[in-house]
Amino acid sequence: MTDQPLSAQSEPQSVTPSRLRRALDSDLYYAFKRSPVAMVSAAVALLLILSAVFAPLIATTNPFDPTSLNLMNGFTPPMAQNAFTGETFLMGTDDQGRDVFSTILYGMRISLFVGFAAVLFAVVLGIFLGLLAGYFGGWIDSFIMRTADVQLTFPSILVAMLIFGIAKGITPIEHRDQMAIWVLILAIGLSDWVQFARVVRGATLVEKNKDYVSAARLIGRRPSAIMVRHILPNILSPVLVIATISLALAIIAEATLSFLGVGAPPTQPSLGTLIRIGQGYLFSGEWWILFFPACTLLALALSVNMLGDWLRDVLNPRLK
Amino acid sequence: MLPFILKRVFQSFLVLVVTGAIAFSMFTFVGDPIDNMLGQERTMEDVERLRTQLGLDRPVPVQYFKFLNEAVRGNFGVSYRQGREVSEIIMERAPATLELAALSAIFAVVMGIALGVFTAIRRDGFAANFIMSASLIGVSLPTFLIGILLIYLFSVELGWLPSFGRGEVTKIGGWTTGFLTESGLKALILPAITLGLYQMTLIMRLVRSEMLEVLRQDYIRFARARGLSNRVINYRHALKNTMVPVITVIGLQLGAIIAFAIITETVFQWPGLGLLFINAIQFVDIPVMAAYLMMISVMFVVINLLVDILYAFIDPRLRVSAK
Amino acid sequence: MTEPVLSIRNLTVEIPTRHGLFKPVQNVSYDIHPGEIRGVVGESGAGKSMTGNAVIGLLDDPARIASGEIWLKGRRIDNLGAEEKRAIRGREIGMIFQDPLTSLNPLFTIGEQLVETIQLHLKVSAAEAKERALALLDRVSIPDPKTRFDQYPHQFSGGMRQRVVIALALCSEPSVIVADEPTTALDVSIQAQVLDLIKELASETQVGVILVTHDMGVIADTTEQVTVMYSGEVVESGPTDKVLSAPEHEYTKSLISAVPRPQVKLHRFPQVSYGGRETTFKIEDLARNWHKPEPSKSGKLVEVKGITKKFLEKSAILPSQRTYFTAVDDVSFDIKDGEVFGLVGESGSGKSTVARMIGTLLPVDGGQIHFDGDDVTEMSKVEMANYRKQIQMIFQDPFSSLNPRMKVESIVAEPLMHHKILPPDQISGRVHELLDRVGLTRAAAAKYPHEFSGGQRQRISIARALATQPRFLICDEPTSALDVSIQAQILNILKDLQEHLGLTMLFISHDLPVVRQMCDRVGVMKQGQLIEVQDTETLFANPEQDYTAQLLDLMPRLAQLSS
Repeated sequence: MTDQPLSAQSEPQSVTPSRLRRALDSDLYYAFKRSPVAMVSAAVALLLILSAVFAPLIATTNPFDPTSLNLMNGFTPPMAQNAFTGETFLMGTDDQGRDVFSTILYGMRISLFVGFAAVLFAVVLGIFLGLLAGYFGGWIDSFIMRTADVQLTFPSILVAMLIFGIAKGITPIEHRDQMAIWVLILAIGLSDWVQFARVVRGATLVEKNKDYVSAARLIGRRPSAIMVRHILPNILSPVLVIATISLALAIIAEATLSFLGVGAPPTQPSLGTLIRIGQGYLFSGEWWILFFPACTLLALALSVNMLGDWLRDVLNPRLK
Repeated sequence: MLPFILKRVFQSFLVLVVTGAIAFSMFTFVGDPIDNMLGQERTMEDVERLRTQLGLDRPVPVQYFKFLNEAVRGNFGVSYRQGREVSEIIMERAPATLELAALSAIFAVVMGIALGVFTAIRRDGFAANFIMSASLIGVSLPTFLIGILLIYLFSVELGWLPSFGRGEVTKIGGWTTGFLTESGLKALILPAITLGLYQMTLIMRLVRSEMLEVLRQDYIRFARARGLSNRVINYRHALKNTMVPVITVIGLQLGAIIAFAIITETVFQWPGLGLLFINAIQFVDIPVMAAYLMMISVMFVVINLLVDILYAFIDPRLRVSAK
Repeated sequence: MTEPVLSIRNLTVEIPTRHGLFKPVQNVSYDIHPGEIRGVVGESGAGKSMTGNAVIGLLDDPARIASGEIWLKGRRIDNLGAEEKRAIRGREIGMIFQDPLTSLNPLFTIGEQLVETIQLHLKVSAAEAKERALALLDRVSIPDPKTRFDQYPHQFSGGMRQRVVIALALCSEPSVIVADEPTTALDVSIQAQVLDLIKELASETQVGVILVTHDMGVIADTTEQVTVMYSGEVVESGPTDKVLSAPEHEYTKSLISAVPRPQVKLHRFPQVSYGGRETTFKIEDLARNWHKPEPSKSGKLVEVKGITKKFLEKSAILPSQRTYFTAVDDVSFDIKDGEVFGLVGESGSGKSTVARMIGTLLPVDGGQIHFDGDDVTEMSKVEMANYRKQIQMIFQDPFSSLNPRMKVESIVAEPLMHHKILPPDQISGRVHELLDRVGLTRAAAAKYPHEFSGGQRQRISIARALATQPRFLICDEPTSALDVSIQAQILNILKDLQEHLGLTMLFISHDLPVVRQMCDRVGVMKQGQLIEVQDTETLFANPEQDYTAQLLDLMPRLAQLSS
């Protein structure tokens, strides 16, 4: 494409403040200000995400550093003094004496990283294939959508497990732990692209028959320019809604896989791995090892889900 | 209607061919079962003997043909891990999963539709809002946590229900059932709720949003303008139109229940196919993985086909071929 | 005079919004007598439908009746409870909606929907209800009611469905029917039949009808009384022939004068000047900078030779089993330099498909299109780019023809950028100039399309179309989505363009009076075929084909109007 992006070049410099004002004046922001649910869930999600990002600054210990661990600290209840070392921990310690609070912060990093990366992967793949299928139709459409149909026959968690199982078989044993995170992202992302592709395709089918697309075709713009410049900006709001809900689902999927022992390895525990570890001690009385990671996971998934739910109501695209 | 169903049958066939190919590629290209079956201490003779025994020394096309031939007869070879016939293991495990899935499915569909209709009709009521908020927690709570929670509450704290296993089962021919004994039924309750809860939430939210969508349509407005009562509009007109798109999704959800059983079975140590599969993944037990994949895809395909036929019965636009 | 069956007294409807209380209906009063048809006319947003909804008690949340009274046969009904209002709906007041395609539940047979309504209102047995349903279907002239009874809505055509909707509204012999734009979604010929049916029913059953419409022609042909509404208020009310022939209010006058006349050709469309909505269009300025197109080699800029378009109707794996629908069948015509050529026909006649093929938006399945002697269907990439620079198109729906996510500046600049007509630093200036010329301010450039009204959007479309200084302009129903007053403005702009810039135009429309005013020559299309091409005057005076004569006959006459 030799054309320069039109807007970049024709916008006056005074646009930045007016764009901010436009954003503040928008119906979305208005609806946001009037919805306590949306504001609270946005605050909770933001708090959790920020504390995961800045985990090294907040956490009291680095749970991945073996030198900082003291086995004597094992099974310390929350806010209680350890009988041997005299140390206290906000949320107690696990079997190996790791501070639960710190492991949660670090675990959340892995959960969120896998979640965001998997959704990003699914969004990019889904938009690309959905645009192609919707805009060109014909055999391209049939091929992409039949593939999607076949995959949709299987629940995404099963697809993710299969991909994980196959990848585990392919990678040499010594690299398995290192690769696990990337395999997780690939597995969850690949299992999730279908819904983006379907929504994008549906929206593209509607948009491509609108006359503004005809006008662009009449001028002679190429299909790639029409898809990216004209259609894509008009179909982003349903994608945004699904992406938000998908993020919650991806976090849950990651936790589920890790809980089942086919996800993040114990050397790099995510929230799911922590719950898996904690489950073993729940019935013997060490409830905190499971309780705090579980609460964090719930808070994370719930706040993101509530945001997604609110977004769907406000943007009101015709979604399933 | 016939061409529609034929088209679906063809698509189902395609799904099976694709999964068959995936299953075979897993056999052929993924992992080295020898590594998994024999530990570190092994002799060259051991390796060779096992290779011949499993047929891994033959060329790929021969293996493929053998695989197809055997798969059609339900024969998936020998489990790398247990050293037993895969079909035998699966037959032994299937009743546990099917009973659990059937019970959860009934629970999810009945409760899901009822609550979905209720929350759609009483959209602004307190109860409906409460259910909707609770459902959001339902979809945010991973299945395994629900299971753990229920075990903690009803098994550990209250001691009412067992926390693992199927209880006492009765053998009828090749089928083992937990429906006939008290302990078997008791053991079913928690896993069935755990497995059905998430699907129920999804079905409920879907029914609600579809129904609200239908209630916005012109023909509902026109029905109101004709003076029809709310009861007739909601339960006769809107409900039927709501069910058309919902049925397809419910079909997918029923399939999903069988897959999600993997999680529930792990939490409750339920001796079904899911537990078998998750162990197979951990040990890269390819024959079991492949057999599970094939079996589950046959099940999905059959469910989807039934749903499509049902769909054609409900929607006259499909039944009467276009003029 | 008899007692009115329904009276509306000082009705005000209000909607609370984010920006304060909005009153779409203010202080509206009118009466309906038995057997009388009262037209309620006005442009979109005038509050005419909202009044109808208030009468049947179906205002959408959060709209509510703020003040005023509605009386039905001596009983006040606006303040009744929900259950009592429901008892009146369908029983006493019937309703007919605009779109017959969505008014019927697709999953129930026609019979089921009729019987259900009859049994609700009249306490009769199932057999009697069926008997009555069949009689009703027969009454609204649905052929073979016994077979039709068991069919589903999708097996009916649009006109037939509207008849079913009317039958449903008549189920319990209501005293009033509210018909909200009942024929707007239908073709002209079907429209006339449905209106005739409503007239017949009114005089036969003495039902009072409120006919809400935006179409002056429908008012003139169908109604006895008319109420003219403008931005929520009644501006004039009275017997139809009196209001139409001697309007008292300025708005009514301007509204009537803006209706295109089928009888005579005028130089310009009279514009509605009420409410200060007129904006100036500076055509002379534009003409000064316009390089006059060179005349084509043969004098015929566009020659269409036997073009055909088929759409796949039923797909199948085997090519022999596929069935096709021929949308355009061997159509040939040519357009001379500087001429406005009109294509008319009912919906589905293929006229828009022809326009889209000429605009290269659809591939041609057979035949050729020559532009200044060159075959468009066989052009190389370079020739095609050159061709696209010389043609432009104006679309029907001003709400979908502009990308909602692009600023007006980018929209108008796009053809300039793409064809590299101007160096980038001059584009902005050119865009402002174009916007200025079509009567929009420069500030418009920085806004998004949703900030403009339908008429303004159509001006933006025109500015975009003029950006490349095209030789040939395709107008596909450019004003059918607009109110009649705005229509006049846009049509005048197009006329000016043609006159001052020597533009050649293809003008597609289903509206014969508009075509008469706009076009030099007209082609008539029917079911994909071009059946007649004539000079406009000849066609309107002496149509050759019966079909054309029939179309002309169905034109609303507005006989009472002085031109």
